[in-house]
Amino acid sequence: MMGSTGNRWQWAAAGALALALSASVAAAPFVPADDGQVLERLPDRSAPQYRDLKRLRTEVAAAPNDVAAATALANAYYRISRSEGDPRFLGYAQAALKPWWKDAEAPSAVLVMRATILQSHHEFTRALADLDMAIARDSRNARAILVRATVQTVQGKYDAARADCERLHGLVSELYLVACTAGIDAVTGKAQSARAALEGSLAAMPNATPDTRAWFESLLGEIAQRQGDPVAEKHFRAALAADPRDLYTLAAYGDWLLDQKRAAAVVPLVQNEPRVDALLLRLALAQKALQRPEADGSVTILRARFDASRARGDTVHRREEARFQLQLNGDPKVALRLAQENWKVQREPADLRILAEAAHATGDTPARETVHQWLAATGLEYPAVAALVKPGEGRGK
Amino acid sequence: MRRARDVLVVLVAIWLHGTALAHKPSDSYLTLNVEGNTIIGQWDIALRDLDFALGLDGNQDGAITWGEVRAKHAEITAYALSRLTLGPARAPCVPVVREQLIDNHSDGAYAVLRFIATCAAAPKVLEVGYRLFFDIDPQHRGLLNLSAQGSSRAGILSVDAPVQRFALAALSQREQFADYLKEGVLHIWTGFDHILFLLSLLLPAVLVRSTDSGEPWSAAPSFNAAFWDVFKVVTAFTVAHSITLSLAALGVISLPSRLVESAIAASVVLAALNNVRPVVYAGRWIIAFCFGLIHGFGFASVLTDLGLPQGSLLLALVAFNLGVELGQLAIVAAFLPIAYALRDTRLYRRAILVGGSLVVAAIAALWLIERALNVALLPGLGA
Repeated sequence: MMGSTGNRWQWAAAGALALALSASVAAAPFVPADDGQVLERLPDRSAPQYRDLKRLRTEVAAAPNDVAAATALANAYYRISRSEGDPRFLGYAQAALKPWWKDAEAPSAVLVMRATILQSHHEFTRALADLDMAIARDSRNARAILVRATVQTVQGKYDAARADCERLHGLVSELYLVACTAGIDAVTGKAQSARAALEGSLAAMPNATPDTRAWFESLLGEIAQRQGDPVAEKHFRAALAADPRDLYTLAAYGDWLLDQKRAAAVVPLVQNEPRVDALLLRLALAQKALQRPEADGSVTILRARFDASRARGDTVHRREEARFQLQLNGDPKVALRLAQENWKVQREPADLRILAEAAHATGDTPARETVHQWLAATGLEYPAVAALVKPGEGRGK
Repeated sequence: MRRARDVLVVLVAIWLHGTALAHKPSDSYLTLNVEGNTIIGQWDIALRDLDFALGLDGNQDGAITWGEVRAKHAEITAYALSRLTLGPARAPCVPVVREQLIDNHSDGAYAVLRFIATCAAAPKVLEVGYRLFFDIDPQHRGLLNLSAQGSSRAGILSVDAPVQRFALAALSQREQFADYLKEGVLHIWTGFDHILFLLSLLLPAVLVRSTDSGEPWSAAPSFNAAFWDVFKVVTAFTVAHSITLSLAALGVISLPSRLVESAIAASVVLAALNNVRPVVYAGRWIIAFCFGLIHGFGFASVLTDLGLPQGSLLLALVAFNLGVELGQLAIVAAFLPIAYALRDTRLYRRAILVGGSLVVAAIAALWLIERALNVALLPGLGA
């Protein structure tokens, strides 16, 4: 895909957008000079995830109360929300489920789809309630069990998540069992066996789909990154070779490069996705490290986005905002508060890392203690984070 | 296993991405500047959102040009303005778009609608009703910035709070009282379900049960007797709904609105059918009391929608309740003399009491189905 006409075009569009955005944050409304002026670029609608959308929409319009049609449409929108990183599509998915959105006794297929959408908004409690009900109705509902395992992993409830992985035996193919268990092993002191399991499984599937390959390689890359193992780069590159637009891998690889003080390599990696806040954050960090003048523009846009997000009452981006405050805005106190609020909701290694960094920068003892205890209790192997909260380490060290 | 796998491929995404990487979500920015009876407004709406709703990208090339936006100006105006109401509920301020521009926000290009809305009189309380995109994207928000008389306020308009009221002038307590009193009166007058329930219970008040087996009713012996019967029913209804209105408005109890609305519809069906085939006569005040408790929850949801002023909650509650009672008394005052005069006629006993009650029961039964199953059967009559 990289280098095809469509893709070059996309790069050009992204460049234009970045330019327009950086020029504009506080600009006044204007009347464009001529009719041909391009104001906005839309996502490439020839991409596979858009293919079935029209048919699915027609089906739902004809029978809005049909569970199968509505969940299929919601699912299609959900996939786009992930691949584009555009939360609008989560709203469209919710609209497809409108007849049941507030129905506590919704059909199981709706419950699982609704939970999938809710967890994207970080409404984990409501998502888990839906999943619990779906699994209570049918203890072999593989999709519900998988989503629940994921949500519990994000929340750091590893015992419950592991129990869900075990429930999947005989319900899904080996691939998912391996990933489910490895995802938890990787953050509970068994990183080495998680890597072996993922690598073994990948080697046994020479014909794995690009999605699966990107997924496994990205998981491997992240584990290696936490262990400080340079092989992380090989995995991130393999993941991007399988799916060049995987936003999550782009962010994780960008972080790896920033950690390695290779900011120049980050810019081309993320500069064509300026709409995605997390990637714009990496771009701004790289620009700052390189002392490029564009850094100011990126920081201004990020600040405007976080302000807008607060204005609408959202709290989904606290992890990114904490990093922004700490590393770009020079406000470690605010960063610590955001990182602590974020930690109450989600507990992935990246959430722990920003908490540790903010604790280190402020010298906040209780926060360092939180990080320390988490590392001890879970066995998470993350030497860089452990070093930040080592007793005796403090502000300015 | 094959099917499970197809379904699960989607999950790869959430799994790996336990946390979403996101753009800015869909917001519009509505700025209102109130000056006397004029509102100067600016509404910034993302081109991406308008494209999803109206299809701006005429040639489908993935790029929205100024020419394509300009070609849709009339459609954009009509679409947006039909989803925004401004003003006191009974005297809306009608917005007229003066010009459309473009602005770049932190997440892309927005259409900018500049409009002027003229109100009949300078509004003291501005009600903003916002429904843009809620049908297609329930996560959309309208971010309101309202300024009037040198002070400004912000509001978030969402699918769960689409209507918000802002006191512009510092209303005196008397004005606030009058405002809520008026809302109370209007609610009972426009809330058909409450009126039909009450009238169904009042229709037999000018009659008494007859001992003659062929003729179930005879005329009430005196106006006094009819009056006291009406008095008992109305008082029981009032006491009951005042109790639950207060408890719900103060947040002591809350019931799901679907349950409340369905129960209200059911109460109308039962009260009307009781006139066709009388089961309860002398004890109608008990029916009025029991179902009055349910109707109170319905009143409370209206009061909540109006927005309760912090600091003068009790005042608003008393005024609204009093308004409901006054509105109700006016209905009774109009009903009783006419019904009393007609009570001895076949028209009253057959057509109005029996026929009318059957019609009422039928309408309320449809409401009940609509509300319980969440479907629309009676366009325009969904009280």
